[in-house]
Amino acid sequence: MSRRYPQDPTARRLASMAGSPFTRRSLLTGVGLGALGAGLSACAPPLPPWGNGPAPTATGTATAAAAAPSTQLPTDRSATDKTVAWANWTAYLDYDEEKKNYPTLEAFIKESGIKASYAEDIDDNDSYVAKIKPQLQASPRQDINRDIFTLTDWMANRVIRDGLVQPLDLIRMPHAANLRESLKDVSFDPGRKHSLTWQSGFAGIGYDKSKVGRDLKSLSDLWAPDLKGKVTVLSEMRDTVGLIMQQQGVDITGKFTKDQVAAAMDEVSKRIADGNIRRVKGNAYMEDLKSGNAIAGIVWSGDLFVLRAETENENWEFVIPDSGGTLWSDNMMIPITSTHRRNAMALMDYYYRPDVAAQVAAYVNYVCPVEGAQEEMKKIDPELAESPFIFPSESWIKEHKVQGFRALDAQEDADYSAMWAKVVGN
Amino acid sequence: MSALAHIGGSTSGSAPAAQPTPTKRGKVAYLLLLPGVLWLIVFFVVPLVQLFTVSLQSKFPGYPGYYYRDVNFGNYLTAVVDYWPHFARSLLYAGLATLLAFILAYPLAYAMAFKAGKWRGVMMICVIAPFFTSFILRTIAWRQILSDDGWIASALNALHLLPGGHITETWVAVVAGLTYNFLPFMVLPIYASLERADPKIIEAGGDLYANGLTTFRTVTLPMSMPGVLAGTLLTFIPAAGDYVNAELLGSDISTKMVGNGIESQFFRVVDGYPTAAALSFTLMAAILALVFLYVRKYGTEELL
Repeated sequence: MSRRYPQDPTARRLASMAGSPFTRRSLLTGVGLGALGAGLSACAPPLPPWGNGPAPTATGTATAAAAAPSTQLPTDRSATDKTVAWANWTAYLDYDEEKKNYPTLEAFIKESGIKASYAEDIDDNDSYVAKIKPQLQASPRQDINRDIFTLTDWMANRVIRDGLVQPLDLIRMPHAANLRESLKDVSFDPGRKHSLTWQSGFAGIGYDKSKVGRDLKSLSDLWAPDLKGKVTVLSEMRDTVGLIMQQQGVDITGKFTKDQVAAAMDEVSKRIADGNIRRVKGNAYMEDLKSGNAIAGIVWSGDLFVLRAETENENWEFVIPDSGGTLWSDNMMIPITSTHRRNAMALMDYYYRPDVAAQVAAYVNYVCPVEGAQEEMKKIDPELAESPFIFPSESWIKEHKVQGFRALDAQEDADYSAMWAKVVGN
Repeated sequence: MSALAHIGGSTSGSAPAAQPTPTKRGKVAYLLLLPGVLWLIVFFVVPLVQLFTVSLQSKFPGYPGYYYRDVNFGNYLTAVVDYWPHFARSLLYAGLATLLAFILAYPLAYAMAFKAGKWRGVMMICVIAPFFTSFILRTIAWRQILSDDGWIASALNALHLLPGGHITETWVAVVAGLTYNFLPFMVLPIYASLERADPKIIEAGGDLYANGLTTFRTVTLPMSMPGVLAGTLLTFIPAAGDYVNAELLGSDISTKMVGNGIESQFFRVVDGYPTAAALSFTLMAAILALVFLYVRKYGTEELL
């Protein structure tokens, strides 16, 4: 099998240089040296996927075959091996504390006969993907023993771009058509060929009304002198920088420039330097809100409702800033190594049934991406069915200027991640 | 290099009777060594070689996040130019934590060795017990202890002794965390060398009309030097490479250490692998150089 070489002459020369001098067979001849060989062959970094189409089928040189991971899908064993393994984030599926199981998942197993296993493997997009990527890019690829993983938009963008996921056969997934209209065509996966939304959420302002003593409406309210050092913001660049860009009048869904991103990052740097921002944090910001180190900040909607329930403090408020909020989604995808493609698609399809989606939404309290679930929710919890933070109407989203951060191209992605690392001092 | 030779020379010189003779027993010793050596090759040498090759790779033009094999020392330049403040902080915080740990650990080890009596076992358990729970959890617990609403911060705030209004997210919290987390590594070697010391020799100091301080300075302390040396190394080296304390207890920008830079370049920055590898190697080299100088200056014959 050969690879498509890049057009650029420099890149072409590099690609030929990067080809491993070893063939797989020569590496494996020394059985005793297997481990050492694996270690050293890993020295050759993986090659970029040239283009996104299926690999050409003409036979090529041995070096090319050894260096480029195959884009051919593994044989699907779904029919004979009725299992599916799903990697997801913590507290992201309805859980029965008494029976110690996931009711909707149990129902799926009973109904389909597919033994579904569920693992809370992911608590950070970057570290999870850093862990599995070498296996997915190895030549030959190594199975990560997961058939679905759930990653946020921008990381879904990267894994789709790198060809690390399998395409979905939407024809086998009749309920997938229930996907919210606004999520059907996303910039990182036009036509939803590789991904299906699991849950969505908003980033906005969260605060303890009793401690702040007034209503916070806009981002500039967070920089008030009396809140100095009591404000936490998200380390998720697209949320914190996205909100500030919106405040600065930039359309985060459009073709914004590097300067506009830099201007928003400068604002964050300034607020850190002035001591307004206590800390830029990932999931751990919840702990600061609980301990009182922070009483306001840029937060995720679902977390605030969890915090309200956990601390039994009704003073925790979540608002979309007057300049607009961001909408992000986590997306289910099938890793390129999965041999249970059809089982995985059956599971995804199952969670797009409105009644099932409503059960999940009633537990996780994030934005439900499934049309029709709102009606089902009325049977479970009429109050939740009315919440715009779970079932926002398209008009509500427009009115509150809630937008999704545009998918970045590879170069922007690299530039902005490096710029953001500098802002937070890493 | 010469420091290594120095240590090697002094140990073989101090114990000429223990020179192994090339007999059958010698061969068995080598065989017994084999698993350890293999282990080190597979899990230390090979990854180290790979890390080094990564640190010399270049970015693939037009394909961010991909690299090609190269000999690009520019990565080291980037690492040092962009991260010299992080290096400085790492060495400074680790140095401060080592000093503080020494000040806290010596009296503790001394008490355990000479004064504890039947309480020695209990004290030992108290020193070791923290290891039974996760390092991360213990550091997060420190966030609770030092939090704004905690009694330490509230008390200091009430006395207007806290300039920034909070303890977490300051360098003080980072150094305190480092000191706490690596304290047992200082206590145990000092205790071991003090416990081994013959009390009669210390008594002899008094018999020869030296006062307590002089006895301590000229007899006890020198006898415990191998422990002190080992303890400072065991504290300083991991503390300099630590990033958990700076991440959990420090702030953005002003208290980040090299470890945070490596973490970020490796995990968060799309095309940061070579920089992360170069940072790791530079840190290793810096620590190795410092340790050589230190051992050369203070290393004693009893060290090994």
